[in-house]
Amino acid sequence: MFKHLAASIRGIGHRTIEGIWQLGHATRFFLLVLLKSGTSFRRFGLVIRELYYVGVLSLIIIVVSGLFVGMVLGLQGYETLQKYGSESAVGTLVALSLVRELGPVVAALLFASRAGSAITAEIGLMKATEQLAAMGMMAVDPVARVVAPRFWAGVISMPFLAAIFSVMGVFGGYLVTVTFIGVDAGSFWSQMQSNVDFRIDILNGFIKSCFFGVAVTAIAVFEGYDSPPTAEGVSGATTRTVVTSSLAILGLDFILTAFMFRGL
Amino acid sequence: MQRRTLDFWVGLFVMTGIAALMFLSLKVGNLDTYGIADSYVVKGNFDNIGGLKTRAPVKSSGVVVGRVADIQFSTSTYDAIVTMNIDSRYQFPKDTFASILTAGLLGEQYIGLAAGGDEVMLKEGDTIMKTNSAMVLEEMIGRFLFDKASEDNDF
Repeated sequence: MFKHLAASIRGIGHRTIEGIWQLGHATRFFLLVLLKSGTSFRRFGLVIRELYYVGVLSLIIIVVSGLFVGMVLGLQGYETLQKYGSESAVGTLVALSLVRELGPVVAALLFASRAGSAITAEIGLMKATEQLAAMGMMAVDPVARVVAPRFWAGVISMPFLAAIFSVMGVFGGYLVTVTFIGVDAGSFWSQMQSNVDFRIDILNGFIKSCFFGVAVTAIAVFEGYDSPPTAEGVSGATTRTVVTSSLAILGLDFILTAFMFRGL
Repeated sequence: MQRRTLDFWVGLFVMTGIAALMFLSLKVGNLDTYGIADSYVVKGNFDNIGGLKTRAPVKSSGVVVGRVADIQFSTSTYDAIVTMNIDSRYQFPKDTFASILTAGLLGEQYIGLAAGGDEVMLKEGDTIMKTNSAMVLEEMIGRFLFDKASEDNDF
């Protein structure tokens, strides 16, 4: 009886220590990536190549999802607002919800599953096939050559993708409410412009997307670099990237929102 | 992939991103109406400003002529001092009437200016003398009930 109790307590302790150790390992890896980022800026071609795979190829999913999210927001917002006779405020509703929350968050979630998983799988497979070890043998630092450019490409492209998402959403909302339903175009834009503030709404949304970019790519490169060098290990790491970064995005979003919009 | 095509696509991506940010700040947000290029400052004392906020529009005949720059409470007169930036293209007579109005039933509050007939125009730093406070729903209901009660007592 006593033995079982001690064993289960030991189990909890072991898992806690393991978790903290893993967290420390991730932090040290993150600092190492930052420390070795010098190469990615001296040889910016490496980052540009990754920007193509991470940013440009994510454009299509971001544009299409943004358009549809905006169209749904327009429809739902109109449906509710017209009950109060204030359907001209639908522009405000669409723009504020996109710029403040949906743009950064949904774009980051899509980015995590579209680009984050690809980064993890690529680095993990490079590790499994011992390409990273081979680079080390040739005195090429794999963190500087492989990891850092991918990290910076993700950090750079995330704010742009979030902004494009928001713009496409506003356009989608405009398309549904003004073109199809027939809300007055003038009041759609003017209500939006008088209620969306540059500093409070747009700048804060931009800052949010920067944070998400750092979080998603840091998790993706760490999971890839840390994955067990087997087929199973790489698949597990890819799954963990998507799950962990989605949770990190939502948790971070709450913390950032609490700091940005408290008492406004 | 060729370096040149790669550069082209990434350049296009970054330009689209910057264009999106510009669109958000200029078209969706209100950065372009942030500061009126050429403006003069006018103050007004209100007994009650209701839900007026800084950067609320100042309108005359429905046209935005300025913005509320600052709202403060005065401990000497115990009322609110509202500072407005008014576009210097628009000049108003000295006896202009300023009232706090609401756009729609539940809309935002703004300051409405109704021009008077004075020959002298408002200058930088002047104070508008005639002001009308915001309607506060509780006070209106209270007054209505009070009137109703005193009517009933007449019988």
